[in-house]
Amino acid sequence: MAPLSHYLVLSGILFTIGVMGVLVRRNAIVVFMSIEIMLNAVNISLIAFDRYLGQHDGQIFSFMVMAVAAAEVSVGLAIVIAMFRNKPTINLDEFNLMKW
Amino acid sequence: MELLIFYPIAALAVVLALFVVFNKSPIGSAVSLIGLMLCLAGVFIGLSAHFVAILQVIIYAGAIMVLFMFVIMLLNLKDDDNVIWKSREGNTLLTVLTGFLVLGILYKIISITLSADSSKPAKIMESFGTTAEVGKSLFTTYVLPFEVASILLLVAMVGALVLAKTKID
Repeated sequence: MAPLSHYLVLSGILFTIGVMGVLVRRNAIVVFMSIEIMLNAVNISLIAFDRYLGQHDGQIFSFMVMAVAAAEVSVGLAIVIAMFRNKPTINLDEFNLMKW
Repeated sequence: MELLIFYPIAALAVVLALFVVFNKSPIGSAVSLIGLMLCLAGVFIGLSAHFVAILQVIIYAGAIMVLFMFVIMLLNLKDDDNVIWKSREGNTLLTVLTGFLVLGILYKIISITLSADSSKPAKIMESFGTTAEVGKSLFTTYVLPFEVASILLLVAMVGALVLAKTKID
C-alpha cells in the first residue's frame, strides 16, 4: 500500500475538482457528473482508511455510497428529462422558478 | 513499486476529472468520466479492495455512465460553450473569494494529511477485500443497511418512472 496521505490528497483534489464543476458549469448533466466525481473522491478516502485500519466497514459504506449514487442519478436524470420537456434547454440559469 | 503504479493512475485520474469539468461537449465529459471510473478501480485494486474495484467497473462505468450516455443522446445536446463560459453579472468578487476559499481548504487538507503519521498500515490477511470476506460482513453486521439500500433503489426506480413519464408544469 502506498502511504495513506497520498490517497487522501488524491481524494481531496478530486473532491475540489468536483466542487469546481458544480459551481462553474451550467449544463445540468455536467453538474451531475461533477457530483459523481465528488462521491467517488469520498469512496477513495473511505477505502484507503479501510485498508489502513485493516477492516471491512469502509467498503460496506462505499457500497452504500454507490447505491445512493445510482438512485440519485436515475432520479436526477429523470428530472433533467422532465425539465427538458418543459423548456427545451438544460442550462441551469434558465430555471429560476424556485429562486426566491 | 506501489508508488510507481499509484502515481500514473492518480495523475491520469486528476487529468480526466479536469477534462470532465472543462470539456465543451457533454459526451466528451461522459467518456472522460468513464476513464476516471476505471482509474479509480485501479486505485482500489492498489488498496487490495478487489470486490469494490469490480463493483466500481460494473456499477459506475457500466450502469451509471450508460444512463448518462442515453440521456445525452436522447436530448441531442449541442455544444454550447459561449453560454457556459459567460460569467454571471455582479458575481466577480464572490467568485474570486470562493475560489480562494476552496484553494485554502485544499491547502489545509493537504498540509494536515502530509504531516500526519500514517506510515504504519495494519497487517491484513490474504483474504482482505475478497467477495467472501466483504459479503460475510455485509450479510451479518450490516444486513439492515443492505435491506434499506434495496428499498431505496426500488423507490428511486418508481420515482424515475413517474418523473420521466408525466408532464410537469
